[in-house]
Amino acid sequence: MALPAYAGKLETAWYYGFRFYCGLVFFFLITPILVIIPLSFNAQPYFSFTTEMLTLQPEGWSLRWYEDFLTSERWMQGIRNSFIIAIAASFLATSLGTLAALGLSRAYMPFRNAFMAMLISPMIVPLIISAAGMYFFYSDVGLAQTFPGVILAHTALGTPFVIIVVTATLMGFDQSLVRAAAISGANPKTTFFKVTMPLIAPGMISGALFAFITSLDEIVIVNFIAGAGQRTVPMRMFAGIREEISPTILAVATILVTISVILLTTLEMIRRRNERIRGIVPQ
Amino acid sequence: MAQSDNANPEVMTTSDGTPLKESLRRSMRRNRIKALLLVAPLGLFIFFSFVMPILTMMYRSITNPEIIDHLPRATAELRAWTPAESDLPPESFFRAISLDMLTADEEDRHIGRAGGQLNYEIPGARSMLGRTGRAVTSLDEPPDSWKDFILEQHRLWEDPATYQIMQRQMNPITAQYYLNALDFRYDAEGNIERQPEFQRIYVELYWRTLWVSALITGLTILLGFPVAYLLANLPMRISNLLMILVLLPFWTSLLVRTSSWIVILQSQGVLNDILVLLGVVADDNRPRMIYNMIGTVVGMTHILLPFMILPLYSVMKGIPPSYVRAARSLGANPVVAFFRVYLPQTVAGIGAGSILVFILSIGYYITPALIGGSSGQLISNFIAYHMQSSLNWSLAAALGGILLVAVLILYYFYNKLIGVDKMKLG
Repeated sequence: MALPAYAGKLETAWYYGFRFYCGLVFFFLITPILVIIPLSFNAQPYFSFTTEMLTLQPEGWSLRWYEDFLTSERWMQGIRNSFIIAIAASFLATSLGTLAALGLSRAYMPFRNAFMAMLISPMIVPLIISAAGMYFFYSDVGLAQTFPGVILAHTALGTPFVIIVVTATLMGFDQSLVRAAAISGANPKTTFFKVTMPLIAPGMISGALFAFITSLDEIVIVNFIAGAGQRTVPMRMFAGIREEISPTILAVATILVTISVILLTTLEMIRRRNERIRGIVPQ
Repeated sequence: MAQSDNANPEVMTTSDGTPLKESLRRSMRRNRIKALLLVAPLGLFIFFSFVMPILTMMYRSITNPEIIDHLPRATAELRAWTPAESDLPPESFFRAISLDMLTADEEDRHIGRAGGQLNYEIPGARSMLGRTGRAVTSLDEPPDSWKDFILEQHRLWEDPATYQIMQRQMNPITAQYYLNALDFRYDAEGNIERQPEFQRIYVELYWRTLWVSALITGLTILLGFPVAYLLANLPMRISNLLMILVLLPFWTSLLVRTSSWIVILQSQGVLNDILVLLGVVADDNRPRMIYNMIGTVVGMTHILLPFMILPLYSVMKGIPPSYVRAARSLGANPVVAFFRVYLPQTVAGIGAGSILVFILSIGYYITPALIGGSSGQLISNFIAYHMQSSLNWSLAAALGGILLVAVLILYYFYNKLIGVDKMKLG
């Protein structure tokens, strides 16, 4: 989309104006994420840049909020809980979601659209409604304020992502490979683990990462159904933002951004590998 | 001979003699069952842990069990009485209600629940039942007339409207909560009337939620369309790099993004500091950009922008550049070529992004709760308030029911127009 040599004044102005506008939007998208990183190294308990920080004096900067975070039993418990819940929920969501996606991709699946609509609905229904419904239901069956309760709730939230990603992967999957395996004498289980799964693994991993980050970031439902023993990082952050904002939250936020960057890089690598395998090379 | 094996040579059969049609149907049924069995575990899980809980909550918005459950004998007596007979119910009703109060503990009933329920319509009913209950249970021997005894306990017992409202509350199904959710109520005679002026909040709140969602959808189109166009038309190497700027916010925790908006927009925050430094605003006159509607709109636009860019990008990626080139070479100026040739081809993407952003924003809760202040609250925040603070769960369910219907209608159209399986996630 380079500017052609024959472009007139108006066209040149438009070309640069357009790019400038897009630059502003990118700036709007990324600044909020970048701005918290330096502030998390603030030596003062403020949410804004101090003169010492701006003049790059070493006294203005410190790791005290990270120390605060790492030595706080409450935050550490939150981290443990968040990871237990997110790992278990994404594992369950990926298993159930992949099975369902395999079924939904079959040519003979009856009521395909109705099933799909129901299975995607946890992503669409406003979280506050899901949370309220689950609150009563999980209390009635005795799962409220337990780990299994929170894990099951997050599994329900995570499956739509797995289904969407794995169904999309299965569209590019050559079904004749399954038939070939069957003709060669493999039973359905062997076929799945030896043929299908290695090929749709990128989709499954992406789906699992989506389910993982959904659970790790979820705040509305845990607020309703988690008890004191299941306090997660988002719950601590939510309480922290509402009550007294200390830069410890910014230190936690920076760590969470790092986790997102790692997950995004993993995802990007999977995507590039896929493109390479399918023969789409970046120009 | 093969021909003689067939009873009817017209019908094609498989090797074991069953007609081909029948055999095909059987194998297709087997395939269907196999596909269903794969979907079944998740289908059952989602149905029981997600769909059913929401349906039971919705049921709560139309049921009214409190009075029937907690004052059963009084209910039976009051059903038999009509206001036309006399101003106040007969002695038998008062005997029944005191029996309900005396046996509440052993029958595991709670008079307070009935009182709380009545209190929504008769302010003071909770203390009326509470005080009467204490008086009845502390009696050593039954009084000559229960009616006279109870009427002395609280002035509300002498008001005929109390009994009419109680009678209406004995109906197991009620539209009361949906009426309340739309700023209507029953008057003492059971006619539907609008809430008094100062209590009309929800209709305005629904309008505000719709309006804010439309505004955010519009803003995400304005900001997202050019960016998606740029990403779709740049060489892949550069666009992949720029795409990270879109995907990183998408993957970053909501709470992180919300707290960084606090850092940027608060009165001592980064943006205000810069504005003061540039001399745009005075130090003692910093504009308030957070804990109000501006905070909600800015925060939500930022959070939902990737949901607009991604579907737009994937549609624009599939538009061949030759159409616009053809239009230009046929003499269309760039503006005409854009509006007549390019824009119509992106409608599917705009539709997909808009419905998605709109659906997500009308149910949004976290960002308004944290940075919306009191003027930036949306309907979800009031549902949360009634769930957690006022404990008027039935009203929360009714408010949620209306919201849910709106979302499901939009979801239906989304599914019709685009198809849920075509949803793109990065």
